[in-house]
Amino acid sequence: MRFIEESPEKRTLCYQVLNDDGQTIIGSNYQQISKEVAVRMYRDMVTLQVMDTIFYEAQRQGRISFYLTTNGEEAINIASAAALALDDIIFPQYREPGVLLWRGFTLQEFANQLFGNKADYGKGRQMPIHYGSNKLNYVTVSSPIATQIPQAVGAAYSLKMENKDSCAVTYFGDGSTSEGDFHAALNFAAVMEAPVIFICRNNGWAISTPTMQQFRSDGIVVRGQAYGIRSIRVDGNDTLAVYSAVHAAREMAIREHRPILIEALTYRVGHHSTSDDSTKYRSVDEIEHWRMARDPVTRFRKWVRMNGWWSDEDESQLRIDVRKKVVDAVQVAERVKKPALADLFTDVYDRLPSNLHEQEALLRDTVMKHPQDYPPDVPL
Amino acid sequence: MLGIIRQKVGCRCTPASILGQSLPRTWPALSAPRSFSSAAKQMTVRDALNSALDEEMSADPKVFLMGEEVGEYQGAYKISKGLLDKYGPERVRDTPITEAGFTGIGVGAAYYGLRPVVEFMTFNFSMQAIDHIINSAAKSNYMSAGQISVPIVFRGPNGAAAGVGAQHSQCYAAWYGSCPGLKVLAPYSSEDARGLLKAAIRDPDPVVFLENELLYGESFPVSDEVLDSSYCLPIGKAKIEREGKDVTITAFSKMVGYALQAAEILSKEGISAEVINLRSIRPLDRQTINASVRKTNRLVTVEEGYPQHGVGAEICASVVEESFGYLDAPVERIAGADVPMPYAANLERMAVPQNSNVLSASVGEPGNLMCPEYF
Repeated sequence: MRFIEESPEKRTLCYQVLNDDGQTIIGSNYQQISKEVAVRMYRDMVTLQVMDTIFYEAQRQGRISFYLTTNGEEAINIASAAALALDDIIFPQYREPGVLLWRGFTLQEFANQLFGNKADYGKGRQMPIHYGSNKLNYVTVSSPIATQIPQAVGAAYSLKMENKDSCAVTYFGDGSTSEGDFHAALNFAAVMEAPVIFICRNNGWAISTPTMQQFRSDGIVVRGQAYGIRSIRVDGNDTLAVYSAVHAAREMAIREHRPILIEALTYRVGHHSTSDDSTKYRSVDEIEHWRMARDPVTRFRKWVRMNGWWSDEDESQLRIDVRKKVVDAVQVAERVKKPALADLFTDVYDRLPSNLHEQEALLRDTVMKHPQDYPPDVPL
Repeated sequence: MLGIIRQKVGCRCTPASILGQSLPRTWPALSAPRSFSSAAKQMTVRDALNSALDEEMSADPKVFLMGEEVGEYQGAYKISKGLLDKYGPERVRDTPITEAGFTGIGVGAAYYGLRPVVEFMTFNFSMQAIDHIINSAAKSNYMSAGQISVPIVFRGPNGAAAGVGAQHSQCYAAWYGSCPGLKVLAPYSSEDARGLLKAAIRDPDPVVFLENELLYGESFPVSDEVLDSSYCLPIGKAKIEREGKDVTITAFSKMVGYALQAAEILSKEGISAEVINLRSIRPLDRQTINASVRKTNRLVTVEEGYPQHGVGAEICASVVEESFGYLDAPVERIAGADVPMPYAANLERMAVPQNSNVLSASVGEPGNLMCPEYF
């Protein structure tokens, strides 16, 4: 009689390509990328950083109600997006705006969503950072944790049934893996042989809960095998490693009709959201170490510089340009009109039912009679 | 006092002595003639649902069925009989036992191109998947401003069955009926089952389709029109099952049968009852209900679910708001008792409406000063 140990003797290895100095580790096997793609990836990583800084600031100034940064997870965002194709369907959590950025969502489009103005594709219905774009195959962010994971499996199943040459990709954090939806999704994906890539951003913290209080397994990667799913652990701050792992995962998912689990180890450098002050439960030294010494953007910059593809001048010019663009986008978004009263009622159903027609007419009458009780910036 | 809503709860408000005074002691169980005209063919509700699924799957390759035991086992209640052989395991998908899992997968599949029909073995188990139904299916079209529609049907037996206790015997009509973004249908007859299930599958919005286990085996007459593969009923329209002029009785699902039986007995007493089969809980056909009440001036609502915030409560509110001046008597609500369903057969029977409740409510309680003219 022999019981299987609760944990293996050795932890699962973590796939890396770049060391902290941005040099490729000798003998590492990775997917080559061109200068053009590498520079574009780097530019988007910087854009994401700058965008976060300014939007965060806008929230602090009370101009938007809520924000949530991606600081420290720029490599997972941009490198995974770069390794996918546009027709791959993204089921995000909420810390993956970089995927949208890579797919061509403009800074103005981000700002419009944050301000919930008329130009927002969600017509001002979702709280900030709950982006969504049909055109870019990016499903509107869902607030309840982990609901997107089984939904991604469902979308993958529909791709498989329609013989499409693409996959579904879902992102989630370490905390999400405690939700039943995570387990249901992995089990179903394996059984249904669905072409889906599960990308777990294990950033160490679920708001204030550290991974030691979240689970006792060797991270997330080992769960894959338990469900019969091929899995890999990757250094999430290593742009080339994330790119290579996602690239390979996509090939397997689509060619072999199988799910793949990727655990990307990283660190949430920012607070959970603007509703959180993480210095209350973790040390400033720890945050600073990851922000400075382990920063994925710096590491990738060293590599693109070493290749002679990037200069200090490029760097300062880019940061100045992006900063200006984001500030402009905020100012424009703030001035765009808010959604009209009618937008309160549309899209509950495919066609407006009679009770909503009545409610809309009633509300319009009431606003006309008592304008002082209603916001003046809603077009009637 | 006219505004006071009195409610009938199970049998508790209708002592046998009262029944004995004014109404026959025995009821011709399920023998009352139904209001269908000269239709020759008979069809069970089970076959009606099965044929509707079959025809819609045949017409649209995007339609697929998923749930526990829907394939090899042909459905816990055999609603999917023969479909696995006909459409294969990709389109008649047996799933692992995780309601949250397969509901989430259905919603995701609906986001991207497919039209899933998700079967719950009973709607009680849909509680394990409620987040996907409410937070995702019902809200995604709105939150995405029309970018993500969710053409999905959640179906299965709802409400009280027989001898299966609290966790298999609850009516969810009022729960789902209170949620914007969902459409909620409850068929009674085979005609309803065919026409409404086809409508639900073709609809671009998420539909909760509440069947009744005890009706699956019942046969109803069906016309050639109902049997035609193009047959489809409008969502949001009630059906007047029987016309009358003295009192309106609204009901849905199994309770329509009770209402029809009560109407038949009442007619022998010289009372002409109009029976409305709601068919659609959301949207609710307020127009048909109010038009009927304006004609009959009296209303009885019947449901197996709980009285508080129930379907009857909503109907009552609608009639009080829109047709208050037409009411000659307080509205009577008949509903299940406010208790989780007990297992013991005698208690179970006491907890849900019986024919006698519908009858006594329709004629008013003896000694009730509000409507003495009924006697």
